[in-house]
Amino acid sequence: MTLLGRLSLEALPFYSWVAMGGAVVTLLAVLLPVLFLSYKRLWPWLWREWLTSVDHKKIGVMYIVLALAMLVRGFIDAIMMRAQQAIALNNEGYLPPEHFEQIFTSHGTIMIFFMAMPFLTGLINIIVPLQIGARDVAFPFLNSVSLWLTAAGAGLVATSLVIGRFSTAGWTGYPPYSGIQYSPGVGVDYWIWALMVSGVGSTLTGINFIVTILRCRAPGMTLMKMPLFVWTTLCTSLLIAFAFPALTVVAAMLGLDRTLGMHFFTNELGGNMMNFANLLWIWGHPEVYILILPAFGIYSEVTATFARKPLFGYRSLVYATAVIALLSFTVWLHHFFTMGSSASVNAVFGIATMVIAVPTGVKIFDWLFTLFRGQITFHPALLFTIGFIVTFVIGGMTGVLLAIPPVDYQMHNTTFLVAHFHNMLIPGALFGYLAGMQYWFPKAFGFTLNQRWGKWIFWLWTIGFYLAFMPLYLVGLLGMPRRLEQYTTPEWQPYLIVAFIGACFVLAGLCAIFIQLWVSVREREQNRDTTGDPWDGRTLEWYTSSPPAPYNFASIPKGDERDAFWQMKQTRMAYRFTQPSSIILPANTGMGVLLGVSGGILGFAMVWHIWWLALLALISIIALVVVRSSREERVSIYQPELIQSLEKPWQTSLAQAGLIGDGDPI
Amino acid sequence: MTGIENLLLEHQQEELTNRELGFWLYLMTDAIIFALLFATYVVMFSNTAGGTEPAQLFDLSHVGWETTCLLLSSTSFGLAWLAVQADKRQTAVLWLVVTCLLGVSFLGLEIKEFVDLINQQATPQRSGYLSAFFTLVATHGLHVSIGLLGILVMIGQLIMEGRTAPVISRLFRLGLFWHFLDIIWIGIFSVVYLPVFIR
Repeated sequence: MTLLGRLSLEALPFYSWVAMGGAVVTLLAVLLPVLFLSYKRLWPWLWREWLTSVDHKKIGVMYIVLALAMLVRGFIDAIMMRAQQAIALNNEGYLPPEHFEQIFTSHGTIMIFFMAMPFLTGLINIIVPLQIGARDVAFPFLNSVSLWLTAAGAGLVATSLVIGRFSTAGWTGYPPYSGIQYSPGVGVDYWIWALMVSGVGSTLTGINFIVTILRCRAPGMTLMKMPLFVWTTLCTSLLIAFAFPALTVVAAMLGLDRTLGMHFFTNELGGNMMNFANLLWIWGHPEVYILILPAFGIYSEVTATFARKPLFGYRSLVYATAVIALLSFTVWLHHFFTMGSSASVNAVFGIATMVIAVPTGVKIFDWLFTLFRGQITFHPALLFTIGFIVTFVIGGMTGVLLAIPPVDYQMHNTTFLVAHFHNMLIPGALFGYLAGMQYWFPKAFGFTLNQRWGKWIFWLWTIGFYLAFMPLYLVGLLGMPRRLEQYTTPEWQPYLIVAFIGACFVLAGLCAIFIQLWVSVREREQNRDTTGDPWDGRTLEWYTSSPPAPYNFASIPKGDERDAFWQMKQTRMAYRFTQPSSIILPANTGMGVLLGVSGGILGFAMVWHIWWLALLALISIIALVVVRSSREERVSIYQPELIQSLEKPWQTSLAQAGLIGDGDPI
Repeated sequence: MTGIENLLLEHQQEELTNRELGFWLYLMTDAIIFALLFATYVVMFSNTAGGTEPAQLFDLSHVGWETTCLLLSSTSFGLAWLAVQADKRQTAVLWLVVTCLLGVSFLGLEIKEFVDLINQQATPQRSGYLSAFFTLVATHGLHVSIGLLGILVMIGQLIMEGRTAPVISRLFRLGLFWHFLDIIWIGIFSVVYLPVFIR
């Protein structure tokens, strides 16, 4: 046993040029911002204002920054795979098999855990407290801990690019292949620890938002008056709290197999691999709805706002959301029909799966009827919504196809399946997050995003999506298995070339996201959102300045009606301000960062078997928790005078916009 | 009392009520972890791979003592809680110390059981069944250790800070945790040990 465990110089990526390139790019992506921040001497500001912040809006923004960075990283994996498959007919292409396997594993892992999860958590963080008229989430400090644990998990995956290798076992990491016998390296351990560390963060987020929504709503806002995004967040949070423990358990068991030589999932001595599939998908299927339900909420908000109509069938949308959440726990076995459960078992799960199409269909019709005879504005957010409705129906139908066990036996492990779940997750989830970004950006930053570029993003992503994944449906029907590094069937190649072209369109769409940000920041003075209500919004988040003051609302608004803010505007009750009273907010704390760093170090030490370091990290975590729970919580107090001076600019612009009449009290 | 103090008090009260709900939710997530470990244990029950059979592993009186210690510790925790309610700080600390001792005895007995099993070649590496057994029971043991740490911290806080609202709230949540572990143990006793003795 050595001081550094399994870690040695061999861990550096000198085994292939592409891997070394990846390591260099990763290092640069970390080093350049670090150098920039140091050069501009921004570290103290960053630490004070952002990293240690417990403000839900800032935490949300940091989540989304992480998500966008990981979107780039995950997409680079994607286009590398598409390029490889486009050329690898009867030749090795440019990626060695082992490296190709790492790429498809990290693509799935990153996109699900470190792109989609942070993106939706970020949007929820920024918006939900505002929509329910709260000052912050129920547990602001815990929120910061969640963020930094997620970041630590993402950091572990990024580290695997430079030190050691990532897993080659696919994002689901099925044993026995992911067991120590067939994957003796550190790759699967990186995967396990990245999931466990970030999984704890997600579980805490789930608990946090359940309590926030149940306990911190504005007076008058009963459950059935909550905006739909709040409803979908509540259901997603419940799913997170009840599903993520399964991921922790299954990852821990695989870790015990690998590190301590146990036999949960091994080939010999009584291991049971099917148990892994069961446990993984008991988390994994709800996870799909964890990703998609918040997007459904965003589509609902966007549809109502840009059709200028109340949501059609609000109640049915709420019930459909709840039913989807409930049913999501009853269908996990459809991920492994081919494992050979009996025909009756497969039939039960097949039917349960098809049943989910019913509430989802209800939602589609609700959105369509909301749009019907609305006064429609084709804002980029609404374009994403319409693109979603059309495209998601295709994915839903291929899903019902796959739910038929005999059909699944045919399609299992083909690119048809790959096309299906990308069809659910790109238009279903990612389009929703992008729509949310277009819609709520002004609330977070005080100026709107450039809409022309927003439309470019929409069209490039949509065209790219169809070109990239429709061919995969077809080539899957022709029998092409997923995750092929090379192949010998010439009939497949044209489809794969088209798919590569699609990926290039998506690349352009990805660039458009950053161009839009750049252009919008440059033109921010022309596009200031001075009233806090740029889209003539319906819900309470628009009833405060953009960006809101740290305490969100100088005085807590009433939530007596559905679409509370819209109703206020209709009855001319909006913008009637009263004398503010003092407000208490939790003070910033660096403990979230410290806990995240300790979690990341613990993961790294466990991956490399550096036991003393793992022990040190564990002690540091325990010490931090004990100290935190023994110290009186620090708060900052906002006095009425300070609040008035903070509110002044907003109220002035409201008066300039003619929204506050002469007789109305300020 | 000034307005600010009132406000601070209100803020604190609300936070503590939130934390109680949050802690219940946390316990639910923990219950799912145990549920899946139980399910795995049952699935792996016959996967002994020619190693030691469940019937040869356990000693009834040993498990009986473990159970006694843990159940009594829940009682003494309840007594500590009553003492706190009655504003008897020293009695509360005393009962918490008793709880701690009982908890440590439980852990000691559990560790002894594990060591004995390992000495009989019944290691967690021997079979899938034993992996599941050790993981389930040790996860409970790990929770008890964390609970013990919590009790020590709370003893310190009771002595240093007295009966402040945050301390009482923390003690309440720690109590939930401790009794929750009792319930889990009853599950372990019924699923892991009892079937073997009945047979």
